[in-house]
Amino acid sequence: MATLKEQLWDPIAGFGVTFRTMFKKPVTVQYPFEKRPTAPRFHGRHQLNRWPDGLEKCIGCELCAWACPADAIFVEGASNTEDERFSPGERYGRVYQINYLRCILCGLCIEACPTRALTMTNEYELADTSRESLIFEKSDLLAPLLPGMEQPPHPLRLGDDERDYYSGQAAARAVAEGSVAAGPGGEQ
Amino acid sequence: MTVTKGNEPGTELADQNLVTLTVDDVEVSVPEGTLVIRAAELIGVEIPRFCDHPLLAPVGACRQCLVDVPDAGNGRGFPKPQASCTLPVSPGMVVKTQVTSPVADKAQHGIMEFLLVNHPLDCPMCDKGGECPLQNQAMSHGQGETRFTEKKRTYPKPLAISSQILLDRERCILCARCTRFSEQIAGDPFIAMAERGALQQVAIYENEPFSSYFSGNTIQICPVGALTSSSYRFRSRPFDLVSTPAVAEHDACGAAIRVDHRRGKVVRRLSGDDPEVNEEWISDKDRFAFTYARQADRLTRPLVRDPETGALEPASWPAAFLAAARGLAAAAATSGVGVVTGGRLTTEDAYAYAKLARTVLGTNDIDFRARPQSAEEAEFLAHAVAGSGLGVTYRDLEEATKVVLVGLEPEDEAATIFLRLRKAWRTNGTQVVAVASHATRALEKVGGQLVRTIPGDEAKALGEAGLAPGTIVLLGERLARVEGAFTTALAAASRSGARLAWVPRRAGDRGAVEAGCLPNLLPGGRPVADAEARADLAAAWGVASLPGEPGRSTDDILAAALAGEIGALLVAGVEVDDLADPQAALDAVDAAGFVVSLEVRASAVTERADVVLPVAAVAEKAGSFVNWEGRRRPFEAVIPVPHALPDTRVLAGIAEAAGHDLGFRTPEAAAAELAEVGVWDGARAPKPEVVPGRAPRTDPSEVVLDTWRRLIDDGRGQDGDRHYQATARPSVALLSSATARAFGVREGEEIVLRTDRGAVAVPAGIADIADGVVWTPANSNGLSLLGILGAAYGAVVTVERSVPADEADALSGPPHPHVPTEEDEQ
Repeated sequence: MATLKEQLWDPIAGFGVTFRTMFKKPVTVQYPFEKRPTAPRFHGRHQLNRWPDGLEKCIGCELCAWACPADAIFVEGASNTEDERFSPGERYGRVYQINYLRCILCGLCIEACPTRALTMTNEYELADTSRESLIFEKSDLLAPLLPGMEQPPHPLRLGDDERDYYSGQAAARAVAEGSVAAGPGGEQ
Repeated sequence: MTVTKGNEPGTELADQNLVTLTVDDVEVSVPEGTLVIRAAELIGVEIPRFCDHPLLAPVGACRQCLVDVPDAGNGRGFPKPQASCTLPVSPGMVVKTQVTSPVADKAQHGIMEFLLVNHPLDCPMCDKGGECPLQNQAMSHGQGETRFTEKKRTYPKPLAISSQILLDRERCILCARCTRFSEQIAGDPFIAMAERGALQQVAIYENEPFSSYFSGNTIQICPVGALTSSSYRFRSRPFDLVSTPAVAEHDACGAAIRVDHRRGKVVRRLSGDDPEVNEEWISDKDRFAFTYARQADRLTRPLVRDPETGALEPASWPAAFLAAARGLAAAAATSGVGVVTGGRLTTEDAYAYAKLARTVLGTNDIDFRARPQSAEEAEFLAHAVAGSGLGVTYRDLEEATKVVLVGLEPEDEAATIFLRLRKAWRTNGTQVVAVASHATRALEKVGGQLVRTIPGDEAKALGEAGLAPGTIVLLGERLARVEGAFTTALAAASRSGARLAWVPRRAGDRGAVEAGCLPNLLPGGRPVADAEARADLAAAWGVASLPGEPGRSTDDILAAALAGEIGALLVAGVEVDDLADPQAALDAVDAAGFVVSLEVRASAVTERADVVLPVAAVAEKAGSFVNWEGRRRPFEAVIPVPHALPDTRVLAGIAEAAGHDLGFRTPEAAAAELAEVGVWDGARAPKPEVVPGRAPRTDPSEVVLDTWRRLIDDGRGQDGDRHYQATARPSVALLSSATARAFGVREGEEIVLRTDRGAVAVPAGIADIADGVVWTPANSNGLSLLGILGAAYGAVVTVERSVPADEADALSGPPHPHVPTEEDEQ
C-alpha cells in the first residue's frame, strides 16, 4: 500500500526536475557540424611513430598483438638489411594491421609497446562502410613525415647503431641540428 | 601456447638398485646414479636450470640449479649450495631446494642476476621471446629490478655460423648445450667454446661453417635466443602459432615432429619427443624442408586434356573424376592399366591405390618402387617384410652387440638411425660394420668398421661381416641393384641367428608394402600367388575374386606401356628422374593412351597426363606412415587446404564415377578398413632364390659407380628454402689414390663421368675408397646421375680428365653433356 507521500508528493517532485531543467542551457553538440576537442589522453585511432629521421620506431615485436584482448592486431616482423633499412636495429614490422572492427581502444597495446612506436591519437571518427576499409594497414597508421624526415628505407641518419637511437642521443642530435639533413650529412 | 603432449621418460623402478633420499622433506626412492635434479622432478619440484638436458651428459655450466644439501648421506652436509644437475643421489641424502631452503633460493636468485649481467634486454627483438627458459625463469626465480648499471658486453650480431644457423653471442649464457649436442649426439664438433672468462663465447673454427645435418637441434635446445634460424627469423611469436604433432615425411625413420603454423602457413617445424623413435632430435631436412608445398608450381585445380586443343584445361572435380574413370575403365577392359605410386604416399593412400587396382582396374600391375628395383627385392619384401609387424626397433639397435649396414648410409639416408647408432656405440659399445666401398664420415662418427667392397659384391662381402646372434643387419634399398644380396642376407641371417631389417629411403615405402602396392603382394602381406590369401581378401572386400596373375614391376609396367601392351597409367607422386631409366619412362608416359596423374606440384608426368588431379601435401591431410621398424606413425592434418583432397578421396571419386564403391572416402575410413582386413596369418611367400652376382667388370677407362642421395640435395621435397639449401654439401667424386693416378687426376680437378646417355663434371676428391670405384652424390648441385647419366648404384661409368677449356665445345656434342659452369652454380 503506497503511502501518502508516494501518492501525492513524489509525482510533483519528479516533474519538478523536468521543470527546472527547462531553464538550463542545453548540452547538445551539433556534431558533425561542430566538433569539440577530446580530453587530451582520449584513446583514439593508433599511430605508428617515427624517429626524427623518418625511420620507423616499430620493430615488429608483436607485443601489442600479444597484449590485445580483442585480437585486433596482426604483426609480422622481418629483418632489416644493409640495403633496406626501415628501423634502427635488426628487426622491423613488415606487416602491421589493426582491425578497428575488433579494437576496443583500451590502450593495452600502447602500454605494451617497448619502443613507444605505437601511441594513440585523439581521432575518434572511425566509421566506414566496409569491413575491409576498417582494417588499417601500416601505411594508414604510420605518422606523417614531418620536416626533416625521410621516407624509409634509408640508412641510420642520427647515429652509428640502434643504441644511439634508444639511448636518446639520436633525438638530442636531431634537436641540436634543428632538422636532419636529407643528404649525406646525416651519415657517419 | 606451444605446449604439446610429450612422453615423459619412463621411470621403471623395478629391478633396479633404489636409493632413498629426502628432497624438501619428502622421501623418494630413485635408481642409483640418478641426479638430484631428476629426483626432485619426481616429487614435483622443478629446480630452475639451463644447461641440464636429460639426453646430454651433465656439465654444471650454468649453476642455476643450486640446492642446499644439509646432509650428503654421510651425516655431513655441503658447506655451500650444490649444482643439482651434476650431483648424483646417495642413500640418506637430504636435499633442500628453493621450495624449503632460503639459502638455495637466494643462491638461485644470485646466479640469475649474474646470468643477466651481460644478457641484453632485447626480448622484443628476440625470436625466443615468449618461449624462452631464461625469460620464464627470470620471472620465477629472479629479482624484478636490475642492480647492474654498468655497460653490458656487446658483440656484433647476428653471426651466421652456417647459412641457416645464426649466432647471437650477447644473448648466450654459456650453458654449452649446443656444443655438447654437436659433440655428443651428432658427432659434428664444429662449434666450441672459445676465449675465457667474461669473453667466453661459442665460436666456429676459422673458415669452417657449422656443417652438421643436425644443426637445427641446437636452436631448439638453446635456452636463450642465442641460436636462431634464418628461415624462422622474426616470423612469428609462440602465441601466434598453432602446434600440431606430426611425423616427418622425408625419410623412413618416422621421426616425431611438431609443426607450427600461422594463418594457414607452416612457419617452422620442431622435433617432437618420442623416446622410442627419435628421442628429441631430428635432422635439418625434417626441420627445414617444409616449403615445398607452397611453391609456384603447386597444382590447385583438376586439369583435363581438351581433346580438340590438346591442352590441359581446368575442370571441376566431378568432371575430372568422370574423365579419369572413363579412360581408366576403357583401358582396364581392353589392354589393362598400370599403377605406379611412388614412395611418398601415406599408408592409407597406398591402400586406396592397392584396392583400386585390384577391384576396379582388375590388375596386379601396381608398384610403389619409383626407383631402380628388382624382382628379388619384391620377393624379399613379400617373404620377410610385409605384414611382419614391429621387427627390429630403435631400442634393439641401441642394445645390439653389432649392427651391420649393407647398402645403407645412415646419416644421409636414415638420419634417426644414425643418431641411434651413435648413441648405441657411445653408451653400449655397439660395434657398427658397414659393407661399403669406403668409410663415410658417418661411419667414423659411430665408431664403425668397414668391410670394403665394390658395389655389386655386397653378397660376397656380407660373409666377412661376421654375423652372430645379437647382430642386426640393416639392408638399404640400394641392394635392389645388387643381384643376390637379399637372398644371401636371408640365408646368412638364418644361419647365424642375426636379425634383418629393411630400411627404405622414403616415408611411404614400408606402408606401401603393408598396403599391397607391389605386383606380388596384396594388403596385409597376402601373397598374390596364394589362392587362399586371395580368397581371404576377396571375402573381406566383398568381391567375387581378385586377379591371380602376378603383376608387373614399375620398370615392366613402363616398358609394357612403351610397347603398347598397357593402355593407361595411373601415376602418383612419381619424379621420373628417380626411375631407373628416366627417358624411357617419359617415352612410356607419352606412349600410353591415357595417363592419370595425382600430384601435389606440376611435374614431367603431369605435363604429359590426360587428367591431372591435385592432391593434398602431407601437412594437409591425416594419415599414417609405417617406418622401417614396422611402427605405425599416425598423424592429423596440420592445415586444411580446401582445393587439395587426399589421394584416398580422389581415388574413391574415380571409383564411384566408374560405378564402383571403394568402400571408403576418407583416410580414417581407409585406415579402419586396412586394420580390419588385417595381416595374413597363412603361409608366407617363398624366399627369393637368386644366385649372387659379382661386381661388373670394368675396362681400364671405366669405374663402378657408388652413389646415394645425400640428406640435403636437389630432391623436390626440399625446394623453397634457400638458407636450408645452402647448407647442402658440395659435390665431389671420390676416387682412391691408385685410381686417381691411373686416370692422371689430382685432387680438386674436375673429372667427367660419362655414359652413353651423357656426362657430368665433378671435382675429384681422393679418399680411402675401393680401387676402381667412384663415389659421387646421386642428386646434388643440379647433377641428377639418373637423369643425366641414366646410371644408378653399381653402374659402370667411364672417367675422363676434364678437357681444357678450348676443347670444351667438343664435349657439348651429342650425347648432351651436362658440365656445370659458374652460372649453373649461382
